[in-house]
Amino acid sequence: MRYLPHTESDIARMLRVIGAESIDSLFEAIPEPLRHQGALDLPPALSEGELLRLMGELGAKNRPPSSSHLVFTGGGVYPHHIPAAVDALSLRGEFSTAYTPYQPELSQGTLMGIFEFQTMVCELFGTEFANASMYDGASATAEAVLMARRLTRRRHAILAHTLHPEYRQTCETYVAGLDTADDESLQGCPATPSGQIDLEALEAALSDEVACVVVQTPNFFGVLEDLRPAAQLAHDAGALLVAVVNEPLALALLEAPAAMGADIVVGDGTGLCTQPTLGAPGVGLFGTSGKKALRAMPGRLAGETVDGQGRPGYVLTLSTREQHIRRDKATSNICTNHGLYALRFAIHLALLGREGFVQLAQLNLAKATYAREELKAKGFSLLFPDASHFNEFAVRVPSGDACEVLARTEKAGVTCGIPLARFYPEHQDGLLIALNEMHRREDIDRLVHTLATEGGQP
Amino acid sequence: MEFPKDLRYSKTHEWIRYTEGKARIGISAFAVSAEQLGDITLVELPEVGQSFAANEPFGNIESVKSVSEIYAPFAGKVVAINAELDDSPELLNESPYEGGWLLEMEPDDAADMENLLDAAAYTALVASEA
Amino acid sequence: MSKAPTKVTQGLLHCERPIFAASVPGRSGASLPTLDVPEPAADAWPAALRRASTPHLPEVSEPQVVRHYTRLSQWNFSIDTGMYPLGSCTMKHNPRVADVAVGMGEFARLHPYQPESQLQGALQLLWELEQMLAAVGGFSRVSLQPAAGAHGELAGLMMIRAYHTDRGQTRRRVLIPDSAHGTNPASCTLNGFEAVQLETSADGTLSPDTVRAALDDEVAAIMITNPNTLGIFEKHVAEIAEMVRGAGGLIYMDGANLNAIMGRFRPGDVGVDAMHYNLHKTFGTPHGGGGPGAGPVGVSERLVPFLPVPTVNRSKEGFTLDYGRPKSVGRLRSFFGNFGVLLRAYVYMRELGAPGLARVTDLAVLNANYVRARIRDFVHVPHPDMCMHEVVANDQNLRSTGATTMDVAKRLIDHGFHPPTVYFPLVVHGAMMIEPTETETPDELDAFIEALRSVVEEAHKQPEQLKSAPHVTGIGRLDEARAARKPHLRYQPAGEDES
Repeated sequence: MRYLPHTESDIARMLRVIGAESIDSLFEAIPEPLRHQGALDLPPALSEGELLRLMGELGAKNRPPSSSHLVFTGGGVYPHHIPAAVDALSLRGEFSTAYTPYQPELSQGTLMGIFEFQTMVCELFGTEFANASMYDGASATAEAVLMARRLTRRRHAILAHTLHPEYRQTCETYVAGLDTADDESLQGCPATPSGQIDLEALEAALSDEVACVVVQTPNFFGVLEDLRPAAQLAHDAGALLVAVVNEPLALALLEAPAAMGADIVVGDGTGLCTQPTLGAPGVGLFGTSGKKALRAMPGRLAGETVDGQGRPGYVLTLSTREQHIRRDKATSNICTNHGLYALRFAIHLALLGREGFVQLAQLNLAKATYAREELKAKGFSLLFPDASHFNEFAVRVPSGDACEVLARTEKAGVTCGIPLARFYPEHQDGLLIALNEMHRREDIDRLVHTLATEGGQP
Repeated sequence: MEFPKDLRYSKTHEWIRYTEGKARIGISAFAVSAEQLGDITLVELPEVGQSFAANEPFGNIESVKSVSEIYAPFAGKVVAINAELDDSPELLNESPYEGGWLLEMEPDDAADMENLLDAAAYTALVASEA
Repeated sequence: MSKAPTKVTQGLLHCERPIFAASVPGRSGASLPTLDVPEPAADAWPAALRRASTPHLPEVSEPQVVRHYTRLSQWNFSIDTGMYPLGSCTMKHNPRVADVAVGMGEFARLHPYQPESQLQGALQLLWELEQMLAAVGGFSRVSLQPAAGAHGELAGLMMIRAYHTDRGQTRRRVLIPDSAHGTNPASCTLNGFEAVQLETSADGTLSPDTVRAALDDEVAAIMITNPNTLGIFEKHVAEIAEMVRGAGGLIYMDGANLNAIMGRFRPGDVGVDAMHYNLHKTFGTPHGGGGPGAGPVGVSERLVPFLPVPTVNRSKEGFTLDYGRPKSVGRLRSFFGNFGVLLRAYVYMRELGAPGLARVTDLAVLNANYVRARIRDFVHVPHPDMCMHEVVANDQNLRSTGATTMDVAKRLIDHGFHPPTVYFPLVVHGAMMIEPTETETPDELDAFIEALRSVVEEAHKQPEQLKSAPHVTGIGRLDEARAARKPHLRYQPAGEDES
C-alpha cells in the first residue's frame, strides 16, 4: 500500500522495541468479546488508474453544465469563473495540508491569509470586523440568530419569507434545542407584491421579545432589498438587523449592508471561491461591528501583533470565546472554519482587484438584464416586475407549471432554472433564473428561445 | 507571596478595601500571576445598580488562554465600576491593588466584612493552593 | 500598530506584508470576457441601493498574487513538509489522487439545484460512501450532512434530544468524561443540555462505578471518546453502554480517534447510538489550515428516524434525495454536505479497501507504541502501558528545569518538527499528546524521538535555549496578550493605523 511505508523488517524491529509479540498483541486493550472478527464489508481495493477510471464512470452518470448543456440555476450558489491561479495556489500542500494555525510561528502563511480574508469581508460588508469564515451561509445565518439572542438577551427572531428556504430550515434546526415546544422562537415575515419584506407586517411582528430580524439581499427571488427601513423598525424595537448576502459579488454595486443599518452581516462566498461542486464546500461569511458584538461573535479570528523583536506577525486571538476554552459557555461549538476556501476567496478577490470586482458584477448585471428584457419581449411576465435585480430573477411560465416546463427544456439541453414550487408552493408557475459572466449572448438567446418554445401557452 | 495587610480577601481571590459603608473590590496579585490567570485581556463587569448575593458571579476576567468568573465577596449593590479597565485591562497585572480595582459595592450588611479573610489567613490559603 | 519591517527578504526568509500593501490603483489581475449584451441603464437601480464607495480590494497583477501567496505558503509548516504529530488531529498524508478526482469537471461543475436526474453519479457516490462508513463503524445509517466534527456532534446530540422528546421525555443531562474535547460540552449547551463532568480513573479509563453514580432518569446520554484522549481504549465501554441504556439514556461516541480502531472494533456493535467520523482525520482529506472537513454521523436503528435531511436513497429508478422524513431533526446546512470532502474520502476508502484500512489502524497503533516505548526513557509518560494511536507525555521531569511544555514545543520547531498537541487533555498537567499516524516511516519517528530527547536534555542544561525558541523561524513567539487587548483584525492602510 503506497501510503504505508513499513516493511516487514521495520515492523519486526519496532515490535521488539515495544516488547510486543505481534501487531495483534497491540490491541489487547480491546476486550476479546468486543473485537471485530473478519474483514470489514467494503469494496475491493483499487490502484490509482482503476480508481480514476471508476471516478470517470461515476462522473459520466452526471450531467454537468457545458456548452451543450446550459444551466441557469442559482438559489444560493452562483457559479463564476475561478481563475487557474486560485487552484494552483490553494492546492499547494503548504496551505492544504496544514492544520489549524495553533502554532503561529509555523503558520504565518495561513494566518496572514485569514487576516486578508477578514479585511476583504469587512470591505464587502461594511462591518468593522469579520471572522475567519464559517461552514456556509445557512449555518452562518443560524449562528447570527444565536448571537443576536446572546447580545439582546431576547429569544425570538423574525425571518423574512424571502430568506433562502434552506437557511430558514437551518435556523429552525439550530434553535430547536434551546426552545421548548410551547415557545416557538422563530416567526416568518411575508413579502410584498414587489418581492420585498413587508414592513407593515414586520412592524406588527416586532416586540420586546424579538432579538433580530433576518433579511436577505439580493433575496431568494433575486430581489434587492433596501435594508434601511427594516433596520430602523428593528432598532426602534430594540432588535438587531441581520443581513444575509449569498451572492457577495452584488456588493460591488449594492450598498454595503452595514451602511444600510445591518448589525450582523452573514453570507456565502461559495461561487467566488470554487466551482459549485454540488454546493460545497464553500465558505460562510460573518461580520459585525462594535466591541461588544465582537466578543459575542462565533468562529475564529486572526489578529496582528508583534514578536519579541517587534516584528509584525499574526495569531489566532480572542480565542476565549471558543469552545476549547469556554467549553459549555462557548459562543458556539464551531471549531473548524473553512480556511482553505476562505483563502481561495481572498486569492480570487485579490486577482479581481477593486475595478475587476466591479466589472465582473456589471457583466453579471448586464447578462441578467438582457435575459430579462428578452423574456419580456417574448411575452413572459416577471414574478416581481417592479423589483430591482442583480443576476437572478423569477419569471412566470405561461403553462402555469414550472416543473413540467423544466423537464421539457432539460431534454432540449437547457436546465433553465429552479422551479420555485420546490420551496414556495404558492409559486407553481415561478422559475428562478440565474445568469453569470460565463453565459454568452447566444446561450441566453437559446434559453429564451427554448423557454418560449417549451414554456407552453396557458 | 505577600499581600497588603490593610485589605480583606475572599477564598476566590478577590480583595476588599472597606471604608465608610463602601467596599472597593479587586483581585489579588496571586490571581493575576503568570502561573494563574497571566496576562489579562478583558474584564467584564456588572452595571452600576445591580445587586448580588454573596458568592454570586458578577463578572468575567479573560486572559489569553482562560476565562474566569469573579464572585461577589458579600451581598450588596454595585455603586461604581472601574471604566479604565475597558481600554486597559493590563492594569490588573500592573497594579492589582490600585489602578486595577474592579468595582465598588455597598454591602447589605457591613458585618459581613468581618467574615472575610485577613492577609495572614489569605497568605495561608494561597500557600495551600500554590 | 506595528512598524513596517526594516529588513527585506533574505534568502528564503520572506518579508511579506499583506497584499493590500502592494496595491496600486489601476493595476489588475482580472481576466474578464467582453460585454456581448447591451449595457444596462445606469439608473437600473434606485440611487438608494447603489454603492457609495466600491470595496477597497487590492489592485495587483497576477504575478504579484502568485508570488505573494507562494511566499505565504512557504511560511507554513504542513504535513507535506514534515512530521506533524498533533495528538487527536491525525495528521496523515493526504493522497494526491483525490485532488485530481475532486477537480474532475463531471463533479466540480455540478450545481446543487440541477434536477436529481442530472446528479446520479454524485448521488451514487454519496450512497456508496454512506454504506462504507456504516460498515466501518457498525451503524444502520450515516448522515453525510455535517460540515465538521463539531457539526456532526451537534447533529448527534440533536437526534438524541429528538429521540427523547419523541418518547415524551425531557432529559436534560449529558455525562461527559473530564478528558473530552471542548466541543462536547459546547455542543451540549447548544442543545439545551447540561454537561455533567465525570472523573477519569487512575488507570486513564472511565469506570462503570463513576457512571453508575451519575446515572438517573434525567440523563439523556453519555458522550465518550474511544480510544479516549489519553490514547487508551475504554475497556468498559460495553458495560457502560448497557448501564446507560438500562437507565433510558443513549450513547454518543466522539469518533475523532477512529484511526485507532478500524477493522478491530466497531462502536455500533457495542450499542453506540451515534458517532461522528472526522473524514479530515481518519480518511485522509486535507485539513486546509483549519477546514473544510466533514463530520458524517453514524446512528443506530433507534436514531434513524431522526436523521438530518436530506438523506440519499436508492430505488429502482435511481438515487434520490429524501427530504420527507417527518421525525427528522431538520436541516443542518444548505445543500448536501461538504461534497468535495466527501468525494475525497470516498476515493481514499475505495483505494484502500478493507485490508488497507485495517492496515492503517495497525500501523498507526504500531507507530504510537514505538514512540511511547522509546520516549519513556527521557520524558514522563503518565500511562506507560500499551497505547492506541497516540501517547500522552507530560512535564513532570521538566519542572525542576524551569522549562515548560510550551517551551519544549517551541524548541521542537527548531528541529524541524511540528510540536505535539500541548496542554490537552486537561486531565494531564503540562500534557504533550503525540500522534505520529501510520504514514510516517520508522526513520522519521526515530528522528523525532531524538529531537525530543535532545530538547529534554537541553532543558536540564540550557533551559534558556528552550525559553527563547523557536530560533530558526522567520518570526519569534508572538505577543498574544497584545493581540487580545487591542484587537487588530483587519488591514489598515498606512497612516490610518491606530497607533
